[in-house]
Amino acid sequence: MATVDLKDVRKVYPGGVEAVKGVSIAIPDKALCVLVGPSGCGKSTLLRMIAGLETISAGTCSIDGKVVNTIGPTERDIAMVFQNYALYPHMKVYDNMAYGLRNRGMPKDEVDKRVRGTAKTLELEHLLERRPRELSGGQRQRVAMGRAIVRNPKVFLFDEPLSNLDAKLRGQMRVEIKNLQRKLGVTSVYVTHDQLEAMTLADVLVVMNAGLIEQQGAPLDIYEKPSSTFVASFIGAPPMNLLPLRSGQLEGAVTLPAVADNAATLGFRPEDCEVGADDAALDGGLRLMANVAGVEPVGAESFLYCDAAGGRIVVRVPGRTEVRIGDQLPIFARREKLHFFGSDGKRV
Amino acid sequence: MAEPKALPPASGHDKLMIGQSKAGIYMAHAILILGILIVAFPIYYTFVASTHSLQTILRPPLPLLPGDRFLENYSEALFGGVGRIGGVSVATLLINTTIVAFGIAIGKIIISILSAYAIVFFRFPGRMFFFWLIFITLMLPVEVRILPTYKVMVDLGLIDTYTGLIVPLIASATATLLFRQFFLTIPGELVEAARVDGAGPWRFFWDILLPLSRTNIAALFVILFIYGWTQYLWPLLVTNRNDMNTIVIALRKMISFADADTEWHLVMVTSMLAIVPPILVVVLMQRWFVRGLVDTEK
Ligand SMILES: Nc1ncnc2c1ncn2[C@@H]1O[C@H](COP(=O)(O)OP(=O)(O)OP(=O)(O)O)[C@@H](O)[C@H]1O
Ligand SMILES: [Mg+2]
Repeated sequence: MATVDLKDVRKVYPGGVEAVKGVSIAIPDKALCVLVGPSGCGKSTLLRMIAGLETISAGTCSIDGKVVNTIGPTERDIAMVFQNYALYPHMKVYDNMAYGLRNRGMPKDEVDKRVRGTAKTLELEHLLERRPRELSGGQRQRVAMGRAIVRNPKVFLFDEPLSNLDAKLRGQMRVEIKNLQRKLGVTSVYVTHDQLEAMTLADVLVVMNAGLIEQQGAPLDIYEKPSSTFVASFIGAPPMNLLPLRSGQLEGAVTLPAVADNAATLGFRPEDCEVGADDAALDGGLRLMANVAGVEPVGAESFLYCDAAGGRIVVRVPGRTEVRIGDQLPIFARREKLHFFGSDGKRV
Repeated sequence: MAEPKALPPASGHDKLMIGQSKAGIYMAHAILILGILIVAFPIYYTFVASTHSLQTILRPPLPLLPGDRFLENYSEALFGGVGRIGGVSVATLLINTTIVAFGIAIGKIIISILSAYAIVFFRFPGRMFFFWLIFITLMLPVEVRILPTYKVMVDLGLIDTYTGLIVPLIASATATLLFRQFFLTIPGELVEAARVDGAGPWRFFWDILLPLSRTNIAALFVILFIYGWTQYLWPLLVTNRNDMNTIVIALRKMISFADADTEWHLVMVTSMLAIVPPILVVVLMQRWFVRGLVDTEK
């Protein structure tokens, strides 16, 4: 139904804080774009600029090919789900959902049809007569979703909509949001600082840092080819192991493949390395000895926290493990699973 | 890790008193009853006096039980007219005072809620200047600016009018600040949700801000109504005609320095009648703001 295009968008708050320093994103029709990044990196600011709740200091934001910089939130035809839901406390669920429609002058029976239809999709029918304070957190979240969906807008905007839910519910809602978004085919922008949410939801993933885009693309591409140490340590849990290289050498490494001269950091993911020295599989990969400093069994897998090569690394092993703290283990990672980053943190 | 122990949720049924001995309870009640008697007795005595004839009142001691002239005294005062204030009936006074008290209470609420709305939700040049201007007027009560205000009212020909009685008292820095404080607690997300939902400034005010302020308005109304009802200095200055007096002023005029000139039974009736409307307002409105205090809708 709509594309969203950001061209070199900037935001300088009155008072001089530059929260967004030139961001360009092209979100295709029906895609779900996730903005992810650490706290304070400007995700909400960017989202609010798309919503029209914050003025755009420079650059352009277009929805459906039309520049909307000077248009108010109402006319942009967007709907937003807020972190704290922002339901109208004095209105029943029904009226919360109907309010935006009524303000647009929709006839009464049409409003009723839409609200009841949306309530059915979200299984909210039995809650329509309640006030927000009579709902659980999860139910409020659904009502907030309903209020956005019922309007049938061009773009959905989500600002950390799941951060107030417990882990289990968050998992459920994540799946549900994804399914709904697919089904309705509404272009969406979703802000989160949870990398798991980001990976599972995104069609287009945008990793932000300090007001700039570090990397954007398909989630798995970013996972497999992080463009910088920042992205490498932000995407993936536990984060990628990063070890410092000294003039192409890794302190304490048994074998190390040939390294480009300008590489300053070597990285490999916890799930990409194995315990044991299977020389046949080595084919010029990394091999080093590690001292186990901690063991974390999670059930289906275990994490070994080890000291090696002048740094701390995490190794993921499937299932249970017999490894104990203080053990010395040989670790290896295949050549193609290694990442190298320059002294500026960029991938080489 | 020593986590701070969570307090049990407070409920209305919690016993808050520590010493729960029988004697303690009797003591507490005795003190409360004594307190009520001390406060209520003068009012009761006024009521008793309002049901006796002037002769009985002037010949001490005044009986402790109500007399038989309830209907006569009250109808004389309400509909007949009181001699010392030029034969104006207390009904007229009640109407005057009601108009003034309502005018002041409602006017103050409308003006202060609108100014607070402007100051909190709009960015305009001089916003802080206006805020401080309002704030500073807190330090200028009616009494301080009474002479210039009086002059203005005279020049505008507003002596002996309801407008003259109401308008100078209608701006309220206190109420503005109270509303401002309340508006500041309204989450920004709610305002933004309304904007996304297509509510302009006026709609936001009407559909969201006003319903959320209900309990604040109710509480303020009670306070301001009583404030308006008991105004003394300004009505005294700005009214000359007896039939424009408020009840408090008239009450004062009814009392002469020579005891014999004063129709004490009517004074007592008027006093009783002067108390009734504020009590009614408190009783009728209390449901509203007590509920508001219990369940904050935010
Ligand atoms: N109204 C404002 N005025 C001035 N500076 C602001 C304002 N809002 C945000 N900022 C600043 O802009 C930067 C980005 O803020 P933003 O809210 O976009 O962060 P965020 O990425 O959403 O973080 P979080 O994950 O904590 O929500 C921060 O440094 C913040 O202090
Ligand atoms: Mg944010």
